[in-house]
Amino acid sequence: MEHIALWVAAFLTLGIYSFLYKDNPWYKLCEAIFVGISAGYWFVTLFWDNIYGKFWLGVFPDTTTNATGEIVYVSTPDYWLIVGAVLGFLMLLRLVPKIGWISRWPLAFIVGATAGFYLINYFSSNVMAQVQDTIMPLFGVGYNASVYDIIGNVVIAVGTFTGLIYFFFSKEHKGAFGGAARVGIFFLMITFGAAFGYTVMSRMSLLIGRMDFIFGDWLGLIG
Amino acid sequence: MRREIPLFITGVVGIVFVLQYFIPHFPFNKMNAWFSDWFSIVQACAIWLGVLNLLKISFQNIGRRKDDWGYAIVIVVSFLAISIVGFAEGEAFRDSGTSFTWLYDYIYTPLSSSMFAILAFFVASASYRAFRARNFEATLLLLAAFFVMLGRVPIGDVLTSFMPDQLQLSSLATWIMNFPQTAGQRAIMIGIALGIVSTSLRIILGVERSHLGGGD
Repeated sequence: MEHIALWVAAFLTLGIYSFLYKDNPWYKLCEAIFVGISAGYWFVTLFWDNIYGKFWLGVFPDTTTNATGEIVYVSTPDYWLIVGAVLGFLMLLRLVPKIGWISRWPLAFIVGATAGFYLINYFSSNVMAQVQDTIMPLFGVGYNASVYDIIGNVVIAVGTFTGLIYFFFSKEHKGAFGGAARVGIFFLMITFGAAFGYTVMSRMSLLIGRMDFIFGDWLGLIG
Repeated sequence: MRREIPLFITGVVGIVFVLQYFIPHFPFNKMNAWFSDWFSIVQACAIWLGVLNLLKISFQNIGRRKDDWGYAIVIVVSFLAISIVGFAEGEAFRDSGTSFTWLYDYIYTPLSSSMFAILAFFVASASYRAFRARNFEATLLLLAAFFVMLGRVPIGDVLTSFMPDQLQLSSLATWIMNFPQTAGQRAIMIGIALGIVSTSLRIILGVERSHLGGGD
């Protein structure tokens, strides 16, 4: 079985890489398998985790026998979950063109919940916490930062502030404001370059993993 | 009614999520728990909707014998294969040694990692064509990418082994990632967050209605 598995995995890996030559039936076959398997994976996973695990076991919990021989639920049934299931069902009505508009209700719920959640959490974690981490002390009694950290903290404070100035388009980028915005661009360019380099290296790492599989696990030429 | 009810739902749910942060007591804490549970159920159904739509389109392609309809059959068969296995194996479908895990390990994982790894070639080719040190900004971008990439592999330190530790390429790459990169990333993050906060507020107050689509 292990042997077949290796051949299947190798066949699929090489099928994907065959796209480097050109679009071909082998690649398209592997792509179609990927789409079908991914869809099935999420279909099954969400059923067992959310529909069964969250809804079904929430409304109809498992039962057990207590000391007096009575059959009791292991947890209190939560009938409010039925509302969630109804909303979920309404979402699926999107597939029925005549009454598809009803799916706007669960969609409105999702949008409202996401908006409410993001409004608070993004402001708290991505604005307030980031501002707090940007304005760090440089010197002070009982504060022992190295020169490396002090320079780094100054770089972060200047870079964040000037970067934000660059994104402020309500005022024309002229004079001192324009100069600060230009410094902001420098920092943004370094960020994009570093992010690019980091992404390339992570993809390379995946590529090395696949090559290791092909030449090591499958062909047995290395390792 | 087709627009008013969704607007009401969006507003109420959004306001409850905001209020429960400031007033984590009854009834807002209870409503928050309900809404969070409902959210995960509706979220699952939303992804189911996408999957069912994929099947619908695949069946249409097969029925109408459209171009590449044979691959639509592969999609449906792959979907059915993993779904039947996953449902048949019950709650323990993810346990080690199950057929579902076999499909995941030997089909899904090789395909997904190869699919992402292939991007390395396209990124390399695109950067070769696009990366030119035309001006100071482009040079900064080029140098940052160069130092980060070279600093992440052993040859980077080999090339700079004659220099003190702090000036070796791996240290330089770490410094770029920790400080200037963090600064730019933070500016972008704060900008995005402020945009999300204002858009969320517009959605909750019903000013932004594009998610409801057209029609009455």
